[in-house]
Amino acid sequence: MTSHRIGSLANETLHFTFDGTRYDGRPGDTIASALLANGVRVVGRSFKYHRPRGIMGYSVEEPNALVDVTLNGVTTPNLRATTEALVDGMVVRAVNASPTAAGDRKGFLDRFAALLPAGFYYKTFIWPDWHRFEPSIRAMAGLGRLDPTNEPPAQNPQIAAHCDVLVIGGGPAGLHAATQAASEGRSVMLVDDQQTIGGSLLFRHAEIDGKQGGEWASAVAAELTAQGHRVLANTTAYGVYDHNLVALWQRRLGQPDAQWRVRARRIVLAAGAIERPLLFPDNDRPGIMLADAALSYLAQHKVLVGRRIVLATNNGRAYPVAEALRAAGADVTIADLRQQAHDGAIAGARIEAVHGSNGVEAVTVSGQRLAADCLLMSGGLTPSVHLYCQAGGKLAYDETIAAFVPREDLPGMRVVGAASGHYSLAEILGGDGPIHPYAIAPAWPEAGVQGRQWVDFQNDVTVKDIALAERENFRAVEHLKRYTTLGMATDQGKTSNMNGLATMAALTGRTIPQTGTTTYRPPFVPVPFGVVAGRRRGEFFNPVRRLVLENEHREAGATFREYGGWLRPAWFGGANGAANIRREAIAARTAVAILDGSPLGKIEVIGPDAGALVDYNSYNTLSTLKPGRIRYGFMLTESGVIYDDGVTTKIADDHYVVSCSSGHVAGVVARLEEWRQDRFDPARVFVHNSTPQWATLTASGPRARKLVSSLSLGVDLDDAVLPHMAFADGQFDGAMARVSRVSFTGDRSYEIAVPSSKAANLLAAMREAGKELDAVLMGSEALLLLRAEKGYLIAGKDTDGTTMPHDLGITGPMNKRQNEYVGRRSLFTDNAQRADRQQLVGLTVEGQTMLPVGTHGVETVNNTRRSIGFVTSSYESPTLNRPIALGLIERGMERKGEMIDLVHLGQVFRAEITDPCAFDPEGARLNA
Amino acid sequence: MQLFSCPFCGPRDETEFTFGGEAGKIRPEPAPEVSAEDWSKYLHRVGNPRGATSEIWVHQTCGEYFLMERDTVSHVVSTTNALRKS
Repeated sequence: MTSHRIGSLANETLHFTFDGTRYDGRPGDTIASALLANGVRVVGRSFKYHRPRGIMGYSVEEPNALVDVTLNGVTTPNLRATTEALVDGMVVRAVNASPTAAGDRKGFLDRFAALLPAGFYYKTFIWPDWHRFEPSIRAMAGLGRLDPTNEPPAQNPQIAAHCDVLVIGGGPAGLHAATQAASEGRSVMLVDDQQTIGGSLLFRHAEIDGKQGGEWASAVAAELTAQGHRVLANTTAYGVYDHNLVALWQRRLGQPDAQWRVRARRIVLAAGAIERPLLFPDNDRPGIMLADAALSYLAQHKVLVGRRIVLATNNGRAYPVAEALRAAGADVTIADLRQQAHDGAIAGARIEAVHGSNGVEAVTVSGQRLAADCLLMSGGLTPSVHLYCQAGGKLAYDETIAAFVPREDLPGMRVVGAASGHYSLAEILGGDGPIHPYAIAPAWPEAGVQGRQWVDFQNDVTVKDIALAERENFRAVEHLKRYTTLGMATDQGKTSNMNGLATMAALTGRTIPQTGTTTYRPPFVPVPFGVVAGRRRGEFFNPVRRLVLENEHREAGATFREYGGWLRPAWFGGANGAANIRREAIAARTAVAILDGSPLGKIEVIGPDAGALVDYNSYNTLSTLKPGRIRYGFMLTESGVIYDDGVTTKIADDHYVVSCSSGHVAGVVARLEEWRQDRFDPARVFVHNSTPQWATLTASGPRARKLVSSLSLGVDLDDAVLPHMAFADGQFDGAMARVSRVSFTGDRSYEIAVPSSKAANLLAAMREAGKELDAVLMGSEALLLLRAEKGYLIAGKDTDGTTMPHDLGITGPMNKRQNEYVGRRSLFTDNAQRADRQQLVGLTVEGQTMLPVGTHGVETVNNTRRSIGFVTSSYESPTLNRPIALGLIERGMERKGEMIDLVHLGQVFRAEITDPCAFDPEGARLNA
Repeated sequence: MQLFSCPFCGPRDETEFTFGGEAGKIRPEPAPEVSAEDWSKYLHRVGNPRGATSEIWVHQTCGEYFLMERDTVSHVVSTTNALRKS
């Protein structure tokens, strides 16, 4: 037993297991402090060499102590033991170790370390193919184990907030800045990633305003809260984005973690600094720790990290640590690397060897072997400038403190305290400076060192690896990082980047600022994906739009699928899709079918210039319609490509309804609105999307008129009054009803639109009226089949990003129209006029096999096969008792009657090019 | 995420806006008098400047198109102006 608990802050006991062994902890413990309290030394294995590793830090900087935690049946991999609060009943396992961290089977790998330098995998597993080796290498290297059954619910809230001043970091500098901003009348938000607000005051002795440091911190936090400001502990600011948007990850005990998106007028970055390790042979042994970590465990958890401690330092901050550890009963020897030492420390010390492979047993300092169970390192501080750099800040190297610091404040961000290189309380709050001034003497590595000295503990990068990178000319820091993986582990090099680039500087003879740093990117710490995703997962990821009549359709036995973002009945009548689609299609051709067409667009264009706007937006002229008449047409992009098709109704000279495809409603509204504001007088024409206000039910088939006539809509259904492509206003159930004669099936059809609130009554009335007519409810699949029999296209399915109206044979408007419309010029370019364009045709396959959608038409020229187009729609037609298909084929329209070859995944077909319309080409059934 | 200021609604998150095009582009017409080169320029040529730029954006939630002057490097939005005359 080396590290141990020396007192208690709480009486309650928490139970947990680590690698199968039971331990006790206390409320307020992290997993790391509880393991140290129980004297556990080896908590993990290194990534590459499987070296035994112990706890080195106390917070986000920890490179070694990664664990998988199972709690309440849910396993979360790769948690940092130093930041994870201990909860009763946790099952904790070391990562990358089997069966346990202390007795890892792959520990032998370290003996082959000489064979595994940086770049080993790049150089070795080239022949015959990296992918042959990848699976086993990936299985061997690696971190925690994912539990594939774990699909946590989408319950992480996303909270948006605003404030005048966001203070990141609740140490003395952050608290001081927050108080100041609050006193100036600003709204303040203060966040800190630790369980308690206070930062270094929680473990470094200080007296402020007559209070002990920690007490002062909680008093300030309480005062801020009382004034109505927000103070969040357990909350990490992990990313700064454009215009001062800061992303926060808040851990909430007993509740799902939350993500905050805070828009701050000003940010005060008081993120503190992280202590650097020192470089000496075997500096990764269990029992070697950062000095600040030892002090934190002592002050915050009453855990003493060792009994005989050697404290190696190159600066004055280590002396108070030694005092505190001695006061707690430890025997501490200070090995000061500087020539000038205080208080009986060994001056000009060199750490020459660390003895004990599974934990420190002794340390050789300047030729003298000292028995020790713990070796503390204080290599100076690295300011946490991550968020400053993410915001675009540039760094300057400060020789006096041997660290990169912010060059200047940004327009929206000020950096204060240790994050800006001001380490002493006196610099922040005024008053006397410390008894032991910082006075760092840099202890950077030198060229030609002996033994293995770890720079990046988590990714197993040593000084020798950096030397190899230098020899192989990977000297730029970004190259060094990628070649050796320095700083690329989940700790993102918080303890290693500075030592790494200083090593490279020493090896290349450049200065540290000449060598520079790598780019800082979010996130500052690993953030669970679920927190970032929030509730936008599962059915909330891309929510479907739902029909007003969904419940009625479910009751009627509908099977639902998504069409253009809408959840619609695909068919009715149970699981057998093919049989039901066939049944519905036959009934629609022989009797009458009822279809819910509510998602069809209903965009109202109103005003004296309404006709001019719809004309400009359309390939076909619409304003020449008589009121009460309907026209089919296309909308083009400025490139002349078909964007959408649909029908437009002229209700009056100043009122049109544009009925576009269900999936294009938002897009068509946007185009109309853009041209309205850009080209027209917006006071003379309005665009209103009324799609959600209406429900549309369609009766289609030979008995459709009979069905509609019994609904008492108050509309004269005589074909002379209401012919195909005509519209009439009626009444249903005391509300407005719009009746349109348009057909997507090729049979006589009536679309009845009523306010959504009347939809259920209309459906009931239509089903009741349909009983004696053998009416069926029809889903989208049968409709898609019926329209394909007629050769009616679906924009985006039977057309692609090149199809123009003349590729469908519709040339009237382009030849006759004299005024401007969207896409007009593009229809006359050389490309648009090419003879070999792909054109929409029907394809009648030989035999009874259906052509798969996507099948390519092919021709062979000089023994080379090339595609001449492809199948866009394909169905088994119950009406014609044969397969039907549509396709886009080169020069298709002039090749009708020709047989072509088609190929799909090695399967060969032959088919005849026909007219797209395979059924009732005269259109007689529209009026039957 | 950037913060844009709609001239009608005030500062809102970037996700509420859609890019409408570079400002000052004139649609060449009538079509029969427009050369293929001029039409191609209208369709495909964008300045994409590094630095100050003048753009048309639409605020989706209110539906208004407006002019925005911003910097493509620093992301500073200098002004936003309504296109409406009154």
